[in-house]
Amino acid sequence: MKACLRVCSAASCRSRGAATLQHTLSEAIASAGLEHRLRVKEVGCLGPCSDGPLLAMDASPEAQTQLYGSIPAADAAQLAASLTQAAARHTLAQWCPAGGQRIDLNHPFFQLQRRLVLEHCGQIDPNSIEEALAAGAYRQLERVLQTNNPAAVIEQVQRSGLRGRGGAGYPTGLKWAAVAQSPGTDKLVVCNADEGDPGAFMDRTVLEGDPHTVLEGMAIAAHAVGASRGFIYVRAEYPLAIARLHTAIAAAHGQGWLGMAIAGSRFNFDVELRVGAGAYVCGEETALMQSIEGKRGMPRPRPPYPAEQGVFGLPTLINNVETFANLPALLRLGLESYGRGTKVFSLTGHVRRSGVIEVPMGTSLRRIVETMGGGAAAGRTIKAVQTGGPSGGCVPANQLDTPVDYESLKALGTIMGSGGMVVMDDTTNMVDIARFFMAFCREESCGKCVPCRAGTVQLDNLLEKLLGGRAAPGDLEQLERLCHMVKDTSLCGLGQGAPKPVLSTLRHFRDDYLALVPAETSR
Amino acid sequence: MSLCSLRIDDHEVAIAAGSTVLQAAREASVAIPTLCFLEGLSAVAACRMCLVEVSGSDTLLPACITRVQEGMQVHTATPRLQDIRRTLIELLFTEGNHVCAICVANGHCELQNLAVEVGMDHSRLPYRFPDRPVDLSHPLFGLDHNRCVLCTRCVRVCDEVEGAHVWDVGWRGEHCRIIAGLEEPWGAVEACTHCGKCVEVCPTGALFHRGDTTEEKHSDPARLQALMQARQQQRWNP
Repeated sequence: MKACLRVCSAASCRSRGAATLQHTLSEAIASAGLEHRLRVKEVGCLGPCSDGPLLAMDASPEAQTQLYGSIPAADAAQLAASLTQAAARHTLAQWCPAGGQRIDLNHPFFQLQRRLVLEHCGQIDPNSIEEALAAGAYRQLERVLQTNNPAAVIEQVQRSGLRGRGGAGYPTGLKWAAVAQSPGTDKLVVCNADEGDPGAFMDRTVLEGDPHTVLEGMAIAAHAVGASRGFIYVRAEYPLAIARLHTAIAAAHGQGWLGMAIAGSRFNFDVELRVGAGAYVCGEETALMQSIEGKRGMPRPRPPYPAEQGVFGLPTLINNVETFANLPALLRLGLESYGRGTKVFSLTGHVRRSGVIEVPMGTSLRRIVETMGGGAAAGRTIKAVQTGGPSGGCVPANQLDTPVDYESLKALGTIMGSGGMVVMDDTTNMVDIARFFMAFCREESCGKCVPCRAGTVQLDNLLEKLLGGRAAPGDLEQLERLCHMVKDTSLCGLGQGAPKPVLSTLRHFRDDYLALVPAETSR
Repeated sequence: MSLCSLRIDDHEVAIAAGSTVLQAAREASVAIPTLCFLEGLSAVAACRMCLVEVSGSDTLLPACITRVQEGMQVHTATPRLQDIRRTLIELLFTEGNHVCAICVANGHCELQNLAVEVGMDHSRLPYRFPDRPVDLSHPLFGLDHNRCVLCTRCVRVCDEVEGAHVWDVGWRGEHCRIIAGLEEPWGAVEACTHCGKCVEVCPTGALFHRGDTTEEKHSDPARLQALMQARQQQRWNP
């Protein structure tokens, strides 16, 4: 087996010159005629984004994989020369990119992960369906089609306890059963890839690193609920994910894993891409469906639920990228080995090592942030961890032993959310954080319902007034009262969630607020 | 037709299954305030004025689209709801520039009436005084964005009843504005049939007849209902 050098080509490393690096290295190997010895390939996210650009060397099946970070991409020519030399002299196992740093793969950042969704991410070339197939892609779809028992698949998903990974955590199996039971023969499957929470990039990682797993999950779902058409709604800000999805869909069609009579069965399934135009609210499922139909993306009240009346009025199953990507692993492992499953997080903020990780459901926040992420920088301490984006909240440092699961986080006044995890150290003013998210919601409100359209503006102005030192007695009470009102009365999740960062910081970090109001009103 | 019986405040109501809570409340003469809702147009549940509490449910439900259920217990005027309604009206007043004394709709304005109804004698939230334009390009009508509450009745009546679809909502969030055509001056939009239905259903003085002065605009949403009934029954001579 020849050696392989994997170059991370995910958006973060790419922004640090990984694309040029990959190009220069593979050109050099090609022009030296050493392609039989070493393959230089681009792969999806290799994990620790803070250490990018990243390279992984698999010198031989016996040798341990070596991961290198902080590669000086500007010195690509010198690196190419040393790499060519090493390939020519059969010393690839000893090759070390000058200026780069070896990253210990035994570090808890890697060791404490359980990679189900991200199993192939960073391993395979996301543009090659052959590599995906060799890694096992579409095998579960094939098995499902051979068995041809949709009800059993739905039951298995139900019994697995899999819940929507997009944030709301609705039981996936229940949703599937509802769509399957909806009358009609024309049904749709929609993949929500409109990931928009600030600090969240899990879905982007999955789509960029292993698009076929998502397509396979969609096809399995479509077969289970009786759909023959699907849409992937992906935001325009993810050009690389869009390009890789286009490639993957075309390749899957070419190999008969999408289209008519898949794997010789009577199951047909087509997938179309829909690219969003930049509105955060289009990640809300009813707004997303409007947008797919070509309308202004605005939420509508439920019921009717998408399972009854979705895109174009047809029964529609809508799940998140990560939910779909869980299915092949769930079916392959079976209920027992799958267990409680995993959750992918994008770990960012004031931690030493940030990046994309996948951990067993129920891992404690402390384990993720301190053991895996390395905690705060020297001399600093962690103050809070923000989860759930603009609809979530902040977990204070003294609650870091909370396990990450839907109920525990909800009890703390935040939500699991889609997987964005922003760590904040003691230099952070929590009112600043609350205002950041409120300004975000103000900007992203669609304007349909009054409490969200006008309430977020008033809340943002109030927070700005507090931070500007112009607070009047009673402002804090007004802030709290209006937060509850907007939360209770808004039409969709965006408005209902918008006050949560304020409410959660008021709950856990009230002193930060009290420091900003005149003394006589402090309590 | 099967009936549903439910309780709204102190009233027992029996109404056809599939009816909305708002219909049931009106049947029982229980007044639930509404703003974006207008009989004859599709319901969008956007203004949130008609939110009610239902026993056994944590979430507040908009009466205009919530279907009645057997045994349902609806509360329409709890202190919590009253405070919410007042805050909603405050949000609407502070969001635009509503100056009743110089408004064409003064005395016949649904927003004004709601403010009286919910007891909003002043706003606890600061006024924002946005800079909004007035469109006087149409020969018969005018649009004053300062007075618009974005209820979208005009958008719906023009699309659903007149079939012209002159109106839409442009931009988003606080920048939302009713737009004519593809954001053209109203007078330049050829699709407009000059029917005036949008003016008729507008709850405030935002849409008005040119030449109307203070207090002179009398909207008449009942004409829409008469029209819808005539169309439905194919009877044009009441």
